[in-house]
Amino acid sequence: MAKVKGLKCRECGREYPVEPIHVCEFCFGPLEVVYDYEEIRRNISRDKIENGPKSLWRYVDLLPVENPTVGLTAGFTPLKKAKKLGEALGLRNLYIKDDSVNHPTLSFKDRVVSVAISKAKEFGFDTAACASTGNLANSVAAHCAQAGLNCFVFIPANLETQKIYGSLVFNPTVVAVEGTYDDVNRLCSEIANDLGWAFVNINIRPYYAEGSKTLAFEVVEQLGWKAPDAVVAPAASGSLYTKIWKGLKEMKEVGLIDEVNTRMFGAQAEGCSPIAQAWKEGRDFIKPVKPNTIAKSIAIGNPADGIYALQTTRESGGDWETATDEEIIEAMKLLAETEGIFTETAGGTTIAVLKKLAQKGAFDPDEVVVAYITGNGYKTLEVLDGHLSQPVRIEATLKDFKEKVLAKV
Amino acid sequence: MAITVRVPTPLRRLTNGQGEVEVEAKTVREAIEKLEEQYPGFKERLLDEKGELRRFVNLYLNDEDIRFLKGADTELKDGDVLSIVPAIAGGV
Repeated sequence: MAKVKGLKCRECGREYPVEPIHVCEFCFGPLEVVYDYEEIRRNISRDKIENGPKSLWRYVDLLPVENPTVGLTAGFTPLKKAKKLGEALGLRNLYIKDDSVNHPTLSFKDRVVSVAISKAKEFGFDTAACASTGNLANSVAAHCAQAGLNCFVFIPANLETQKIYGSLVFNPTVVAVEGTYDDVNRLCSEIANDLGWAFVNINIRPYYAEGSKTLAFEVVEQLGWKAPDAVVAPAASGSLYTKIWKGLKEMKEVGLIDEVNTRMFGAQAEGCSPIAQAWKEGRDFIKPVKPNTIAKSIAIGNPADGIYALQTTRESGGDWETATDEEIIEAMKLLAETEGIFTETAGGTTIAVLKKLAQKGAFDPDEVVVAYITGNGYKTLEVLDGHLSQPVRIEATLKDFKEKVLAKV
Repeated sequence: MAITVRVPTPLRRLTNGQGEVEVEAKTVREAIEKLEEQYPGFKERLLDEKGELRRFVNLYLNDEDIRFLKGADTELKDGDVLSIVPAIAGGV
């Protein structure tokens, strides 16, 4: 009857019950949710999904939550055919999966957090917390407000101001830690297990991470129940990228689609690219790095799912590319000017990498290529300082308008 | 050299529930050996069959990842704190 069988270590295969735990006691490998696909296959259908709620919960059969109570509006974001950007890059079937308009906090994190906080409620926690590069903190704070949970979010102290306000407005306790995200992460992972809180990306992580699969489910449904030929997605810890692949494979496993021939391409900022570096050097292990990039939301020097991301690339026949800070800004502007979508630096990284891949012939011009835009540019306005044209200032006179505006058109 | 080792929850069964233990060691490698002597089971949790640090184990010496230092050969001094931390996810 139950769709979830339990948790299992990805490294050594040891099994664990459904509890708020994330690490194998034996080898420290990450725990992952194990499903009864036979059971799910019997219950799921395209019809049932299409008649489900217009949110990620239409895929509840493939999520580790029994009773969704929080984040009921998350997901089901637009898949936009990117005609103009496609023309610029020589791609006739380019699509943007636009999670910059996810609800309620404008990033893909609303997916993972609605799953995580619903699960935290099922477990009976009264307090939730997270270590975050900003977007996760925003989403956890918002969903805790919805759910009536106490909330603590831990962020690197040097985050963009807008992202800090984007958490503070929901009135959680915001802890700004001096150091990088990796430092925040280490601190949280040391304190998490003693506190009795639901740390969404620590002890709730096996459930939380599953929410990212809905990025794959939605795209497949929006493409008319077909997996794309290629995907370009940003990578920080490598979790989202890995889970998109898992989602695609699951849809085949439970009979929603017949085949998956998707090539998975990963995007990292050059100033923090431990996974891309490992790929280029042919390594199957990650050397941690010290991040130095404007793409703060993906500045993770020690990516927990890095090796699984590499595995995904090998399995799917994909590749990795990186983008410099300058290329990231240029790509943010390119996406805005061609498609009217304002993304943050992580999205800029994805588009810059998409462009590089297209230029080096990674895609056939007719292939269906999906680029994942995971966050919203209005949250990181300050990175654009000095990179945009200035408003034309005029007096409220016809003369000034004619001279300073019309004359220059 | 007496150093403090911070033990994460998954390993506290080995230390009778203690979150911090002390060992005498000159290098990280030696610290792991000493942990094994005092709390049998530690070594196989931290090192793989080849004696390398397992890939999901992070060791921090006074807040710095030992992979940025000399790895298992990193030297220790009196009063150092060595933290054992499982890898965790996040970002984007």
